[in-house]
Amino acid sequence: MIKLKELPKEEYFLPGNASCAGCGLSIALRLAYKALGPRTVFVIPACCASVIHSPFPNTAFASPCLNIAFEAAAAAASGVVAAYEKRGVKDVTVLAWAGDGGTADIGIQALSGAVERGTNFIYVCYDNESYMNTGIQRSGSTPYGAWTTTTPTGKKQHKKNVPLIMAAHDIPYVATACVSYPRDLISKLRKAKEIKGPKYIQILIPCPPGWRFPTERTIEMGRLAVQTGMWPLFEVESGKLKLNGPSARLVDKSKRKPIEQYLREQGRFRRLTNEDIEVLQKWVDGSWEHYERLI
Amino acid sequence: MAQLIIDTGNHIAGYACKAAKVDVIAAYPITPQSSVVEQIADFVETGEMDAKYIRVESEHSAMAACIGAAAAGARTFTATSAHGLALMHEMLHWASAARLPIVMAVVNRAMGPGWNIWADFSDSLSQRDTGWIQFYCADNQEIFDTIIQAYRLCEDKRVRMPTMVCHEGLVLSHTSMPVEIPDQKDIDEFLPPYDPPWILDVDKPVTHGSLIYPEWYMEFRYFMDEAMKNAKKLIPEIAKEYGRKFGREYGGYIERYRCDDADLVLLSMGTIGSEAKITVDRLRNRGFKVGAARVRVFRPFPKEEIQNLAESAGMLTVIDRHISYGMEGPLFIEAKASLYGKEDGPLMAGFIGGLGGRDVTYLDIEKIAQKSLKYLDTGRVAKEVEWVGLRR
Repeated sequence: MIKLKELPKEEYFLPGNASCAGCGLSIALRLAYKALGPRTVFVIPACCASVIHSPFPNTAFASPCLNIAFEAAAAAASGVVAAYEKRGVKDVTVLAWAGDGGTADIGIQALSGAVERGTNFIYVCYDNESYMNTGIQRSGSTPYGAWTTTTPTGKKQHKKNVPLIMAAHDIPYVATACVSYPRDLISKLRKAKEIKGPKYIQILIPCPPGWRFPTERTIEMGRLAVQTGMWPLFEVESGKLKLNGPSARLVDKSKRKPIEQYLREQGRFRRLTNEDIEVLQKWVDGSWEHYERLI
Repeated sequence: MAQLIIDTGNHIAGYACKAAKVDVIAAYPITPQSSVVEQIADFVETGEMDAKYIRVESEHSAMAACIGAAAAGARTFTATSAHGLALMHEMLHWASAARLPIVMAVVNRAMGPGWNIWADFSDSLSQRDTGWIQFYCADNQEIFDTIIQAYRLCEDKRVRMPTMVCHEGLVLSHTSMPVEIPDQKDIDEFLPPYDPPWILDVDKPVTHGSLIYPEWYMEFRYFMDEAMKNAKKLIPEIAKEYGRKFGREYGGYIERYRCDDADLVLLSMGTIGSEAKITVDRLRNRGFKVGAARVRVFRPFPKEEIQNLAESAGMLTVIDRHISYGMEGPLFIEAKASLYGKEDGPLMAGFIGGLGGRDVTYLDIEKIAQKSLKYLDTGRVAKEVEWVGLRR
């Protein structure tokens, strides 16, 4: 794993962007950009990133970016990759950067198609667990019980596991990451950059206005998500799952903090009853049993 | 050396794609378009064509991939029909507003339900306002020639708007005709390699498609309309240059057949326009001064050319292979709008026919013409819009 002092000092996600205070996405963009360097071409569908990075005529990106329609990031990235292959453009990383709605919901068809075709690109889903840009509406990636503006009494279904859906496509590299663990995040993007073919990385992005917590606690929320097992850090290569960083020792259930510690810190889970928490805890434990079988 | 081959409209569209040296094709199969993309797959896999072929999982992704590829500096092509085109709708707007010169063959097919794989213009005419240049062909040679010209037109820096080249499903898509494929060297002279003014280049970074506030949005739309006006000027120039080089011209915006002294002009698009020539000959033999005019370009619309037609004719009868429900046939609407405010304008009548692949034969057109001649005699159009050959 990369050492902190090895992190590049150059900034490629530039100041002056329009993100909210405490925005987890802006941290992720800054880190990912540091990991991949300026020879990166972004493809960004409708999402928070498309709004914050470049209100015309400005841009906060140091390298080219193609904005594209909501469901089309993976398909448009396929086109960029094909054009570069045909034109002999080398040493450029094509990076689709989409939110969880644009990935788990409206964009999943194009994503599935692009990875099935073996497209040589990195697809990052930055997962803030709702349609934040449109005003905190429920997505397939919203966890059970969470308040959103379209689930005012809490979501009744569990979070869709897109990383495992991607792993089922048998692609060379699938990983999860979280902005609270920057060295892990950077190492995974760097690793993905060196692998040929489709790479999928889902980064958990705590969102202060959407999750209802104070803006200075973004990193803490991410840590709690990982420590409680709500968001495991792992990689899947050749069908084998490997737990990373703090998640590595959490297979033992007793090592995981109770999810209540995570839930109680966020306004979006305020209405959860003890029964709801039990339902969610059961789901978390069940998903860990599943991960264990894939190790 | 030029080569004479006999093949279907769809295969010929594939030949044009190869002759245009397209870099990236992204396509999804749909009847009756499928043999376009099959032909291109053959060319690519046998090495006859040096291109990347993305076999996408939907038409929406086909257009998105073309947009990505064009923005990254590739000459791009796709083809679709009916529901595929409708699924692309969002990306059609995106392609034109992103000013990317994508060329697409549209094999015209009716929209369902009920499922219907036969020809009408409901698919492409529904995309009228997406900012795409639209050509309509009447034979297989015209498909080839128009696709080559389409690249030259839409890649011009004064234009930079995507272009549809439409031909009717089954009527042309699956009908074999002799077609001359020009020598590649001559095509290369006419159509130089794609030279975009900007691309996604890490050494010259720019952001495309940014969030744009009301303070600036309208200006970009104004530029698109200006680009269409530039296309309007360039289309006949390019057609003439192509004609000089390859010996084939189709009349620019409107193919006029025996229109010069005609009292009645039958205005249509696509293959109904070529069928109408038979009707014209038969009626001319009987002493009626009838002509046929075939609109080849629907966007930008040939307003002045329609005005020019109307100057000499006493009556303009429009045959539409589509209906804008609650109004009239789209060509009829546009033709009338073109003549608004002109003094001594012609009588005008609209006929709707050929929907969902229903044949419109020269005899059907003859009935339309005879009815129109009666209107012309009496100086009054008894029925402004009439459906042709309707079962009752």
